[in-house]
Amino acid sequence: MNINEELVDHIAHLARLSFEGEAKDAIIADMKKITDFMDKLNAVDTDNVEPLIFMSDEINRLREDVPAQTVTHEEALRNAPKKDSDYFRIPKVLDK
Amino acid sequence: MYKTFAEVKLALKEGATVESIVQHYLTEIENRKSLNAFLEVFTEDVLAQAKEVDAKIKAGTAGKLAGMVVGLKDNICYKDHKVSASSRILEGFESIYSATVVQRLLDEDAVIIGRLNCDEFAMGSSNETSYYGPVRNAINEEYVPGGSSGGSASALAAGLCTVTLGSDTGGSIRQPAAFTGTVGLKPTYGRVSRFGLIAYASSFDQIGPFTNNVEDAALVMNVISGEDEYDSTSSSKPVEDYTNISFEGKKKFAVIKDAIQMDGLDPEIRAAFNAQVEALKAEGHVVEEVSFPYLDVMVPTYYVITTAEASSNLSRFDGVHFGYRSEDAKGVEATYKQSRTEGFGAEVKRRIMSGTFVLSNEYYDSYYTKAQKVRRVIQDKTNEILANYDFIILPTTASTAFKLNSVTDQIQMYLQDIFTVQANLAGNPAISVPAGTHSNGLPFGIQIMADHYKEKELLACAEHLMKK
Repeated sequence: MNINEELVDHIAHLARLSFEGEAKDAIIADMKKITDFMDKLNAVDTDNVEPLIFMSDEINRLREDVPAQTVTHEEALRNAPKKDSDYFRIPKVLDK
Repeated sequence: MYKTFAEVKLALKEGATVESIVQHYLTEIENRKSLNAFLEVFTEDVLAQAKEVDAKIKAGTAGKLAGMVVGLKDNICYKDHKVSASSRILEGFESIYSATVVQRLLDEDAVIIGRLNCDEFAMGSSNETSYYGPVRNAINEEYVPGGSSGGSASALAAGLCTVTLGSDTGGSIRQPAAFTGTVGLKPTYGRVSRFGLIAYASSFDQIGPFTNNVEDAALVMNVISGEDEYDSTSSSKPVEDYTNISFEGKKKFAVIKDAIQMDGLDPEIRAAFNAQVEALKAEGHVVEEVSFPYLDVMVPTYYVITTAEASSNLSRFDGVHFGYRSEDAKGVEATYKQSRTEGFGAEVKRRIMSGTFVLSNEYYDSYYTKAQKVRRVIQDKTNEILANYDFIILPTTASTAFKLNSVTDQIQMYLQDIFTVQANLAGNPAISVPAGTHSNGLPFGIQIMADHYKEKELLACAEHLMKK
């Protein structure tokens, strides 16, 4: 698999990560190794095989829709890096 | 030294208090600080809990696990206590609820002594990816304890608590159990609720116990197993009494030929395994070699699907709602990117990148869907073997523990899971029990795998092998 800088930048953006300088060289090299490793899957014949998606044999676990408060407003905000009494706070989106 | 719950109960009968037992463990934890197994000891809290349990014992109202002192892997939530998945991104985070497994242990009067170091987000096989530094193996501190539940394994091996909980996504309970001479069980997918376990790969993850004997694993499983309304993948099948076990009659064991013949398998581990096989045969059991031609593709299959699931699960760490936020980020997108880039370690970022890659539009079918198909092939073949045999037995790992910083190639590290990952790919229960000591002084294990929901048979077989 040809892993180039353009592809890594694209994937990094999708993953909301950034790699610069040495870190970028390292991730390009790692992803080359990893995709070569993953390419081993092509050795297995999977014609007419359905993908295995669900590991649980439980189906349609239905329940009554009963309203309940499981998390309070205060609890939800408790671990926020920045907050005021009601809201999560983020840095300014627009600079003057 | 209280190595087992039976020893704790005997001490209680002879007049010891739960508080004194906790004090003993607290002293041991202090003595073995160099292991770096505990990220936090809940000293005040656990002593208060112990006093409450002592009062209940006096009143005759104590639960089944009164006196059991439990350590939690740092990816299992405990209300109003810190939990970090050994990551910078969750530094300082306090859980607002308890995992179902924790609540069930507390309801039976076990006490929780602290949280245990692990690989960051349970991604690793040596406990070297933790933001809080590596854990050392209690048997020999120059060596790794295995991973990702390395703190859980090393703490138990050092006698720092009665039992510990870990989580197993590709071998993260069984491999460190083998490396530390302890018993480690990965239950059937769905047997134990994952509610309150910080997710790595949701279709693989299972919580399970580390113990010094099979009886304690059974006791813990009796309490933590079973349906949970908060985890829709938890099984509604009734839980059997895992302590009421017997290993009777002649059993059929399958040995995966391809694994035993593998070049990288340590000759001493192979010899000890073969001796076990001969002993089972001498008792009249049937042990046969079977072919499983997917050994080479198991870890790659695991890697494609788990990284895909991880990239999705870890998207919740955004620097806004909880956890670490980069100080210098301007605007929302930069907040996401910088917080995640600074908050996650190298191995976690590698896996998020791999997972995002296999899920991206252009590569979805050729990697992700392909791996899901291979997963079915592996599950079908595993089911086929277990339709004809009671158990599959293998060495748990190809080698004993290795020295810290000695495995630097990621692919070599991923191959640590080569014998354990089959149980996670196919959803089966599997257990590692100690199988001997190598001439290098380190322990190794034997792994038993059984059909789905056959934990009872698995534990009975494990007990039988341990007695020998």
